[in-house]
Formats: sequence, structure tokens, C-alpha cells
Amino acid sequence: MTTGSDKPLLRLSGVSKSFGGIRALSDVSLTIGHNRIVGVIGPNGAGKTTLFNVITGAYRASAGELTLDDEPITQWPSYRIVRAGIARTFQNIRLFAGMTVWEHLLVAQPHQGAFVRRFLPARWADPAAATRAEEALVLFGLQNYRDSIARTLPYGVQRKVEMARALTASPKLLLLDEPVAGMNHEEATELRHLLLRLNERGLSILLIEHDMAFVMNLCQDVYVLDFGAIIAQGTPTEIRTNPVVLDAYLGSEAAC
Amino acid sequence: MISTYDAGLLADVGILLLGALSVYVILATGQLSLGNAGFMGVGAYVASFLTVEMHWPVTVALLAAALVSSIVGVIIAFPALRLRGIYLAMATLGFGEMVRSFLLGFDRLGGSGGYRGMQQVSLGYIWAWAGGILLLILMLERSRLWLEMRAVHDDETAAGLVGLNTTLTKIGAFGFGAAVAAIAGGLFAHQYVYIEPGNFGFERSIDFVLAVILGGSTVGLGALIGSALLVFLPEWLRFLADWRLAAFGTLLILVLLTRPQGVVDRALLAKLALRRAKAP
Repeated sequence: MTTGSDKPLLRLSGVSKSFGGIRALSDVSLTIGHNRIVGVIGPNGAGKTTLFNVITGAYRASAGELTLDDEPITQWPSYRIVRAGIARTFQNIRLFAGMTVWEHLLVAQPHQGAFVRRFLPARWADPAAATRAEEALVLFGLQNYRDSIARTLPYGVQRKVEMARALTASPKLLLLDEPVAGMNHEEATELRHLLLRLNERGLSILLIEHDMAFVMNLCQDVYVLDFGAIIAQGTPTEIRTNPVVLDAYLGSEAAC
Repeated sequence: MISTYDAGLLADVGILLLGALSVYVILATGQLSLGNAGFMGVGAYVASFLTVEMHWPVTVALLAAALVSSIVGVIIAFPALRLRGIYLAMATLGFGEMVRSFLLGFDRLGGSGGYRGMQQVSLGYIWAWAGGILLLILMLERSRLWLEMRAVHDDETAAGLVGLNTTLTKIGAFGFGAAVAAIAGGLFAHQYVYIEPGNFGFERSIDFVLAVILGGSTVGLGALIGSALLVFLPEWLRFLADWRLAAFGTLLILVLLTRPQGVVDRALLAKLALRRAKAP
């Protein structure tokens, strides 16, 4: 456990996001503690991905404030937020078209050291980068795909490449948008163990997922989003029995 | 010894190569510029003014012209950041035409009458620049920076969301591309020893883009192959007399139909490298 776990890692206070007249997020407040695994669930169109886009600076919040380790990040551009410690994956995988797996793992690491070193080949620009990329490769079992063009790989592998890419940025908080979508049961279990291992090393995780069993088995806190607002928050057990949630989302067939 | 005529063609290839590379560098960040003849014009006039009236050595004048042009490039890049695709292409085209019309009315440097008085440079000098900059870009292609540029090219939003400063990358590419185009302009002025605004019009910008697309827009060597083809192909087709340009156009279309990615691409280079490695 990290010290100062009473202080939240990420805090959203009254965050709203409107597109024209449509309110995609309204008055969302949530906190993610150090070393926590937090889930966000909700029906399609509830605003889950918008939430990720606001947290990572892809969209700017219309109202409210975001802080990372007590530092306001509301107005920051994406790249600064990533460098400050929030990395993410995408619901519809976004890999770079012409790049190999290995190149993905190098490019996502914030450049360390003098600017002029950028003009050197990646392996000399920052020798530690190759080490971190190698680690990520092993962690996700991607060694055999090292020099393949990432976009040509099977869907499940592409998801792993995206997660590995996000991890090479050495984030404090990892945002996963539907990580097990399209994975079979074994792959999902494998991923769960991997995420638990990363969490033991101190990584906080915020994930959006439709697979209820996956969320309930993994997350310590769960937020429920509906029509852009948080309608419930609690431990998986509390959420499973919350009447508001059952009504809005899980429905009577809440078999998880 | 090569004939004066062949030397002239080779000089044209060198100058076109630099123009093509200026487009290639900007295209590497996903931005299509149709205004690089404008940067070339800036380079040509600044360099000529410095050698003719300030009596600067050519090399120093070229470097100064490159600096001026890259500052212009960075200034142009800011509004260009908001534009994508066809809109960006149109805006850069507008910039190129703006430079041309400005020069037409700028009597201090000859206006529509053109500008002269430059000393001709040698073919070797032109190729020292063209080869040097090509080499520099080929080395840059292996760099960490180029990897970032490719990320911006492939998916700008995702590039930002994996921690890359896409704004700085795109502006930097414009600045560097503008500098390279200015070198092309300075060399052009000191090859033909006479320049007029019409030399730096829209057709020239299109030539640059065509050389890149024809040769292959994903590798620097493509610019070299494209430039050579654009200069030599019409020469080899001279036996066709009146049909020469029509045949040239047909060949271009055929090449692009059979290899839309251009004559060379990364896959082809990788295959060649592999074959070389396997050979005893």
C-alpha cells in the first residue's frame, strides 16, 4: 500500500460536459484513491466514454474541476495529463496504422532527457525506454508479435497491445475502456490476474466494462452512471443489491 | 564529362528533390501542403538579395534564407493547425499564391520584371545540399522524433492521448519543411541566375507533391526516385515527339494505379534489406 492513501489520486468535483444542448455528463463527482481498482458501469449512452475523454483531456469539461494528486488538471492538454500519470485505452481500438508492436511501446513513453536526444534512434534516445518496452512485451505475452504491424494482428492481441502501450507511459492511473470486449472467458480471467498483479505494484485502475462478472470480481469500488449522472456508488455487493441500480441498469436478470 | 544539358537536368533533379523533401517532411505529420513553392520563393528572393546586394557568400545566404522561411513556416503553421485534409491543402495553396502575388508587386526586388545578378553555382554544390539534406532526413527517419511524427500522422487524437505534443510536432514539421523548400529556392536562383515570381507558382508546388506521391510518400528515398522520374521521364520520351507529354501523363497514371503507395515503401525497403542480409 502506498502512503497517503487517504488523499485521492484523482478527484472529479461537479464535472459536466455538454455538446450543444445535450448534456453528456452532469455534475459528476468521484474520487479514485491510490492503489484502487474502480469500475464504471451504466447503460449504453450513459456517458462512460465521455467521462474518460474528459479525464484524459480529449474533451474539456464544461463545468467542474479535476485534480490529480491535488493538482488541477481541468485545463491541461491531453499530452500533459498523460505525462502527469493518466494513461488510457480506447473502446474502439486506436493503434497507429503503420507501426509495429515494438514501435507502439516505444512511442508512448514520454521522452526523457534533453530535446536533442530525440534526434537519435529510439534505442539511443532513451536506453531505459527499450527496457520498459521489453517488460511490457513480456507482461502481455507479446514477444512473438514484436515486429508485426499491430493493426494486422487478431483483435484480442490488438487490445493487449493497446494496454501494453498505455502501461509503457508508466501511469499512476490506467483507464481501460471495455478491456474484455471480444475476449473469451480464459482471456478475461488471464487479464483479471494481470490487472490484479499491476494493482499490487501500486497501479490504480479505472475501468468501463459491460461484463458484470468481470467488474464485480475485480473492482473495489463501483460507480453507476445513467443519463450522464452518477446514480449510485459503493462496493460490488452494495451495487448488486441497490434498488436504484437494479431498476436503471442491471434489471431483474442481474445474475451476477 | 557530362554535357551542359545533362548537368542542367541533374541540377533540376537536385532542386526538385529538395522541394519534394520539404513536402515529405510536412506530410510525415499528416499535413498536405500545396504551398511549398511559396517557401521556395521566399528562399530564392532572400538568398538572391543577400548574395547580390549584400555580397554574402552563397552558403551563408542559403542558411539565412532557410531561417527566414522557417520562421514564415512556423507562423503559417499556427492557423494551419486548425485545418485538416483538403481545407489545409487549400489554405497552403492560398499562401503560395499570396507569396507569388506579393513578389509580383514588390518592385524593390524586380517585381514582375524578375531579379538577376546572381553567380551560378556548380552542379556539385547543388548536390552537396540535396544529398546532405536527403541523408539528414534518412537518418531522422530512424529517430525517436520521427516515430512521434508517424504517430501524429496515423492518428492525431490517439497520439495526444498517449502523451505526445501534437501541436509542437506539426509546427516543427512546417518550420523544417519551409527551411528545406527555401534551400531549394536559393539553389534554383543561383542555378538559373534569374528569377521571377512565376517560377514559384502553384504548378511548382504540385510538382513537389507529385514527386513524393509518385516515388513513395512513406520513405525519404521515395522523394529521390519521384524527382528523378519527373525530370528524366519526359526526356526519355522525346522520341514520341508531340505525344511525349500525353505518354508521360499516361505513365504517371499507370504507376499510381499499380503502386498507389508509390514506387518505394517501407515494406519494399524491408524486403530489399532482408535479401541483402541473406546474401552470402
